[in-house]
Amino acid sequence: MDLFEYQARDLFEKHGVPVLAGAVATTDAEAFTAASAMGGKVVVKAQVKVGGRGKAGGVKLAVDANDAKEKAGAILGMDIKGHTVYKVMIAQAAPIVDEYYISILLDRSNRTFLVMASVAGGMDIEEVARTAPEKLAKVPVNAVDGISLTKAKEIVEQAKFPTDIADQVADVLAKLWETFQSEDATLVEINPLVKTEDGRIIALDGKVTLDDNADFRQPAHEALVDHDSANALEAAAKEKGLNYVKLDNGQVGIIGNGAGLVMSTLDVVAYAGEKFGGIRPANFLDIGGGASAQVMADGLSIILGDPDVKSVFVNVFGGITACDAVASGIVQALELLGPTATKPIVVRLDGNNVVEGRAILSAANHPLVEQAETMDGAASRAAELAAK
Amino acid sequence: MSIFINSNSKVIVQGMTGSEGTKHTRRMLASGTKVVGGVTPGKGGQIVEIDGNQLPVFNTVAEAILATGANVSVVFVPPKFAKAAVIDAIDAQMPLVVVITEGIPVHDSAYFYAYSLQKGTTQIIGPNCPGLISPEQSNVGIIPADITKRGPIGLVSKSGTLTYQMMYELRDIGFSTAVGIGGDPVIGTTHIDCLKAFQDDPETNAIVMIGEIGGDAEERAAAFIAEYVTKPVVGYVAGFTAPEGKTMGHAGAIVSGSSGTAQAKKDALEAAGVKVGQTPSETARIMRAILGR
Repeated sequence: MDLFEYQARDLFEKHGVPVLAGAVATTDAEAFTAASAMGGKVVVKAQVKVGGRGKAGGVKLAVDANDAKEKAGAILGMDIKGHTVYKVMIAQAAPIVDEYYISILLDRSNRTFLVMASVAGGMDIEEVARTAPEKLAKVPVNAVDGISLTKAKEIVEQAKFPTDIADQVADVLAKLWETFQSEDATLVEINPLVKTEDGRIIALDGKVTLDDNADFRQPAHEALVDHDSANALEAAAKEKGLNYVKLDNGQVGIIGNGAGLVMSTLDVVAYAGEKFGGIRPANFLDIGGGASAQVMADGLSIILGDPDVKSVFVNVFGGITACDAVASGIVQALELLGPTATKPIVVRLDGNNVVEGRAILSAANHPLVEQAETMDGAASRAAELAAK
Repeated sequence: MSIFINSNSKVIVQGMTGSEGTKHTRRMLASGTKVVGGVTPGKGGQIVEIDGNQLPVFNTVAEAILATGANVSVVFVPPKFAKAAVIDAIDAQMPLVVVITEGIPVHDSAYFYAYSLQKGTTQIIGPNCPGLISPEQSNVGIIPADITKRGPIGLVSKSGTLTYQMMYELRDIGFSTAVGIGGDPVIGTTHIDCLKAFQDDPETNAIVMIGEIGGDAEERAAAFIAEYVTKPVVGYVAGFTAPEGKTMGHAGAIVSGSSGTAQAKKDALEAAGVKVGQTPSETARIMRAILGR
């Protein structure tokens, strides 16, 4: 889960990373209240999980609370690269003399953690890596050893931070590691890390990505979930414990078992759909290895409730849960759904007990259900039905 | 021959007394795997009977190795306890640890992977994987044993069900070993490790490599194939239609910005001389053509 800037700021503050005062507002009135409490100049910042908001007009300096109210009113509701602004952060303004960069992230390629640090902050770090790689220090960090203050000092020296602020930056880095580790983050980034006129080192803007797998030991993370911009179908699926992703511009609803097979199913449908005027998959839905009747019914009800869906493709490989059990699940699911099921459903079963499974579906003879022998054939048929 | 496991593999099950552990211990035994015991901290000394097999339970992996001579461990413990279980196995110098558990926090898997490197005596497969099977010899994990038979194809895949699908498509030819390496961002055994082992395995004549979106493991594998692998490799990549920034089921299956796309992986594999199928069935047909079957 990616966090908003204000949420990242709050996590930084919790772990002692120095930040400026900041408050979130969802209305211009709230923005006025927050700016009044802070006093003086403030920055009104659109809260969207996408880069380039400054250029899009989503970050404005306000001279006082009235100005902050006006600026917030203009920013709230804006569309920035397809993201609607529901919240702004009111942040204290500070006179800046220099900008730097630090981050800690999961480096998948090397299966370790990585610190990136640069004295060239405030810009896109990938741009720095491309144009001035000598200004970007990349230091692998072993998950067992972590970042002690001593290690942090080494990294800061390697990144050639000015000596007068090196200790302060090392302290920030050590606290950033604490944030990274104790919050189960896969990315913590401060960009820019700034030096103010009075010589303080402060995290002015931040990005944090949290590991959803750690939710069981991070109960506080539940409150960070963004419900405003969640897709309604995705939210409904999540409530039922389904692994569902809505896709744009699709017509074929997809249900399958196993993440890899479902991803493959989407591709095969898009491939087959080329022959039918560009029919595309409408969603990803992995019902897992179990594929019980209830899970199948939950999955079908989400997909049939998607107005984009014109046909459904159920693609199951019978492994541990053999095809006869899956077929019974489909039949029971359709009974549970009754007249709410109205779209054609192409079912492809393969694997263990496939003969028995197909026989169960044939015997049930449900008017919406068609069987196909192969995955490619089923995808083609589902695309054809969706194109009608 | 085969890779990583064979008929001499002696397997212990960490988490054998849990419901998933018991269920799959039964299946592993039924497919001929030499399961010699289990580990559940606090339940040492118990004997679990599964289908007529008397399986001793130990408190630690070290005790289990001492008593049984086990050389493979398979981990079914829930995410919350998985880190401790894997570290227990590494401390006991277990040569091969297969972590089936899905949903382990990546800080935990990064930790036990780094720890295994420091100790240097344990190879980890997974986590979030179906395990591996050398048909008719040994089956460690949850791969259905009755899909196919022993044969000349080696298979390595991030995905469980695509592994089963491919084994099924080529079931009349058979497999030396099929390895599910897992769909998490940090895994212990990579495509490259398996490609190398298959290249060096005299029983394996051809290799199927299945990848998916996220990370750059397939691109690295492509470079390795160009440099090291002389046996024919057929590839498949899932996730061409995946949108940017969305996790597709597997924790590691995510396109970030322009990196980790299926197209980039397919291009890299083809540049290395790997024939890449557009669907799983087409991939199987390419393999048949190569083997003349």
